[in-house]
Amino acid sequence: MADRVTVLFFAALREQIGQESLSVIIPASGVSVVALRTQIERADPVIAQALADQPKLRVAVNRTLSTFEQLVIPGDEVAFFPPMTGG
Amino acid sequence: MSVHVTVQAAPFDVGVEADRLSTLSPLTGGIGLFVGQVRGGQGLRAMTLEHYPGMTEAILHALAEEAMARFGLTGCTILHRVGRLEVGAGIVFVGAGAAHRGAALMATSFLIDRLKTGAPFWKREEYDDGRAIWVDARETDEEAARAWMNKPAA
Repeated sequence: MADRVTVLFFAALREQIGQESLSVIIPASGVSVVALRTQIERADPVIAQALADQPKLRVAVNRTLSTFEQLVIPGDEVAFFPPMTGG
Repeated sequence: MSVHVTVQAAPFDVGVEADRLSTLSPLTGGIGLFVGQVRGGQGLRAMTLEHYPGMTEAILHALAEEAMARFGLTGCTILHRVGRLEVGAGIVFVGAGAAHRGAALMATSFLIDRLKTGAPFWKREEYDDGRAIWVDARETDEEAARAWMNKPAA
């Protein structure tokens, strides 16, 4: 498990993808969120379509809203979700 | 505890929550409250609220602490429900106690405006005809949250 990140999906994304989490192997030196996204899109066309269907996709790294340039390292938790609609 | 934050499936009692805010400090002179509930109409039957456990609580605590400091509050409460909620059910309670009404009312607006687009909750609507639709974020809600960047403290 040393070189893995946990990827989570919420709301419409989770529903469309049909799963709420993935475990993804990345280099020990880390990758950007953009690179991680490309990696999971190439591995699964359903994920690629679901992410493409979200023009305002948000990302959180370790439960903090982040940019797509943020570096992700093994052990991190990365969540993708649509814009939030609470209240 | 001057800050009270929970994410819960159970209903909340507005009277109990108002009493909690009113008894926190003898310096409290006013309390602002906002309750959001499931709005019916156009065949809407219920909503299901999903959230990101762990991140939600952290964001709501940070938001409450920000309001405490920014508006000089004596107390701040944010309660948000998750799960399936029928028309008329309470979704969210925000409350702010302060020495004077200006800070209490402004803090109440601040809390709900920022919560709507800044805390990881998502709403899925269910209709009488069987349709289920994830609610889209409204641009006006995002503008309301952004506007607090430029407003003065109380």
